[in-house]
Amino acid sequence: MNSESSDRGVATRWPEVAVAAFLLALACLVIADSLRVGIGWADDGPRSGYFPFYIGLMLAGSSGWVLVKALVSWHKASPVFAEREQLALVLAMLVPMTVYVGAIWVLGIYLASFALIGYFMRRHGKFGWALSGAVAAGVPLAFFLVFERWFLVPLPKGPLENLLGL
Amino acid sequence: MEEINNLMHGFAVALTAKNMLFMLVGITLGVLIGVLPGLGGANGIAILLPLTFSMDPTSAIIMLSCIYWGALFGGAITSILFNIPGEPWSVATTFDGYPMAQQGKAAQALTAAFTSSFVGALIAVIVITFLAPLLAKFALKFGPAEFFSVYLLTFCSFVGMSKEPAAKVIAAMMLGFALACVGLDNVTGQLRMTFGSTELLKGFDFLIAVIGLFGIGEILLTMEEGLAFKGKSAKISPRVVLETWAGLWRYWKTFVRSTAIGCWMGITPGGATPASFMSYGVAQRMSKNPQGFGKGEIEGVVAPETAAHAAGTSALLPMLTLGVPGSPTAAVLLGGLLIWGLQPGPMLFVEQKDFVWGLIASMYLGNIVGLIVVLTTVPWWAAILRIPFSIIAPVIIVVCAIGAYTVNNSMFDVVMMLVFGVFGYLFKKLKYPLAPLVLALVLGKGAESSFRQAMLLSEGSLSIFWSNALVGSIATLAVVLLLWPVWGAMKAWAKAREHRASAA
Repeated sequence: MNSESSDRGVATRWPEVAVAAFLLALACLVIADSLRVGIGWADDGPRSGYFPFYIGLMLAGSSGWVLVKALVSWHKASPVFAEREQLALVLAMLVPMTVYVGAIWVLGIYLASFALIGYFMRRHGKFGWALSGAVAAGVPLAFFLVFERWFLVPLPKGPLENLLGL
Repeated sequence: MEEINNLMHGFAVALTAKNMLFMLVGITLGVLIGVLPGLGGANGIAILLPLTFSMDPTSAIIMLSCIYWGALFGGAITSILFNIPGEPWSVATTFDGYPMAQQGKAAQALTAAFTSSFVGALIAVIVITFLAPLLAKFALKFGPAEFFSVYLLTFCSFVGMSKEPAAKVIAAMMLGFALACVGLDNVTGQLRMTFGSTELLKGFDFLIAVIGLFGIGEILLTMEEGLAFKGKSAKISPRVVLETWAGLWRYWKTFVRSTAIGCWMGITPGGATPASFMSYGVAQRMSKNPQGFGKGEIEGVVAPETAAHAAGTSALLPMLTLGVPGSPTAAVLLGGLLIWGLQPGPMLFVEQKDFVWGLIASMYLGNIVGLIVVLTTVPWWAAILRIPFSIIAPVIIVVCAIGAYTVNNSMFDVVMMLVFGVFGYLFKKLKYPLAPLVLALVLGKGAESSFRQAMLLSEGSLSIFWSNALVGSIATLAVVLLLWPVWGAMKAWAKAREHRASAA
């Protein structure tokens, strides 16, 4: 990821600092918004920012502490956060997952699920077309029956379902 | 014996054919959830919650709590047969359970685990039966200051009890509180931290957080390990069960100790995970054969399982009586109660007798049904784990997405689930605890409103938390727990100094 990280993977200090900095930024956002709505007292009691303001302060304090600690020990040996291959595996999951969520929006959940399961079985499981197709079609179909037919819970649908008049 | 009468009435509610069926369905789903990676008690119930909106609340809670018992049982199966803890609290079960399976004693280990779970849970339910009405009566006198001090105690004990660094526990907790504040302020009607977005108006739903943090996060972690399940198969014959049961009597002291540890840790929200480790440690120290631990000692299975279930069950006690859940799963059940229009807390015992006692009765029945179900169906569950991860993983993602969508019928929630999932992965790897985050997200609104009411009463002075003996002792206990890590750090520092001095 970076020239400073070891050959085997990413050192823990990178994500440590990133997450702590993110939390610190979030804390500043909370504090700023609390100041906007007022952290003091109105005639009828504490105002809206009264409680979140202190929450923000405590979040800033604790994440700041983690951040400073990570920065101070920056050059000390830091354990490996994840090996290269491990990160590749995580991304191999995260990227299709993100695409999947986007696809639900466009295609509806059934078609998107079909594609996701099919992709995983072909790509990672090395299953044949027939089995992959059967499982990929069967699972969404089962969910359709359980949710839409038995429990009457509507799930997101797309153009295909509209075409079929479901 | 009012409790016995109430309980008998509860059995009458729970023992209808319809509720027994829901119980069976719940247990089966629960074991399935406990066995599958990425699905656990908390997010499994969160996903299934929307399906129960149309059911009557008593049947719904019976089914959901049975899912919880099932998940507790299911965690033991994966720990023993596959060396993969399905739930954090079954980590300690792997220490001796998996070696036993390797030695060909999987059936004994499973029988011991299920039986200890059952015993732990049963005693915890008995504790609930008699303690809950008392606590509820007591809590009826609580004012906002008392309630806030109970919240404070809950959160401070997380800081004091966690193995994670205190700063990270606090950061995770405060993140939960901050997320809980997003949206409409119920008191003043003002919008907070929405930044003009209409999606944020209704705030962050903790069910989405639970599904993302525990479900998607767990899938990413499992993927990272490049998981190939290599497990032992198991068949349990009635003869082995009876033989193991006959042998288990010798460990009655372990049962008693572990249950006591579990109940204590469950009621004070330490949770099932530390309870199981603590109980394992104590059993090892007290054992006649401490060297055998870690190499397949049956006592090493009994101790953590008993404690984990006692803790998991007794976590429902503060949830029902005070409205303060002791674990993430109890928090999800609490969310369910709120959705069905039931306000957990002391009034529940006065206004919803049928519901409360039906639930408590179902805990007895559910654990008996659970024990029978798992003992008879273990080979099938082990077979499910042999389904390749490349099929299970996308199916679980689909289940999580459906679960997230159905909470509010909103695509925004599905996106948020993904975001929470990435954070779940990062937090787990960086040792930020997830339980306080979820609990703060659930209890944030309640904690805030009781704090504001208390401040109104005292006109802004914190002295109200020490204004009488009751609230004062709870608040003091909370502060002591909060400062516990400081005490530990000081001791370590003093020791290091002594060490340096003697070395010089």
